[in-house]
Amino acid sequence: MFIAATIAILVVMLIILLRAALGPTVFDRILAINTFGTATVLLIALFGFLTGRPDFMDIALLYALINFVSTIAILKLFRYGKLGETPSE
Amino acid sequence: MQIISVLGWILLILGSFFCLVGSIGLIRLPDFYSRVHAASIVDSLGAILILLGLMTQTQDPIVIIKLVFILFFMMLTGPTAVHALARAANLADKESK
Repeated sequence: MFIAATIAILVVMLIILLRAALGPTVFDRILAINTFGTATVLLIALFGFLTGRPDFMDIALLYALINFVSTIAILKLFRYGKLGETPSE
Repeated sequence: MQIISVLGWILLILGSFFCLVGSIGLIRLPDFYSRVHAASIVDSLGAILILLGLMTQTQDPIVIIKLVFILFFMMLTGPTAVHALARAANLADKESK
């Protein structure tokens, strides 16, 4: 049954990439990449169970954090034009 | 253990079903804010159900604790990122009007 869930997550990733390519605004693309990162975390965790290696949970945990930080960073870059101190508004 | 394993299969199947539904909504819905809602379905419901289903499939306590950590971080950061994105899009819309 892990194989069925893995195939479902792979189909989900393909559909999300379609939205990332199509999306008329840039926020559509940022949304698609954030959801793609979440699907990647699920895929890594499922793959760890599929191959019987429990060490993949560490990689999934790390990528969940990286995904969140990179979404916030790209939103900040898009709004303020730089990643340093934000100007007070 | 058999009943917990069967419960785990059901959770996995439900989780992947919600992920599929959310992703189909991501390409089919007409407006950006509707797509934000569809993507947050994948982030919160799909991820939580799949991770809960995976927790029941193993006996090793360290793997279960790691899955609890992943679940905790997903519940904390998933909706936050989507909310920040929707707020940023709203502010950009207001500025361009």
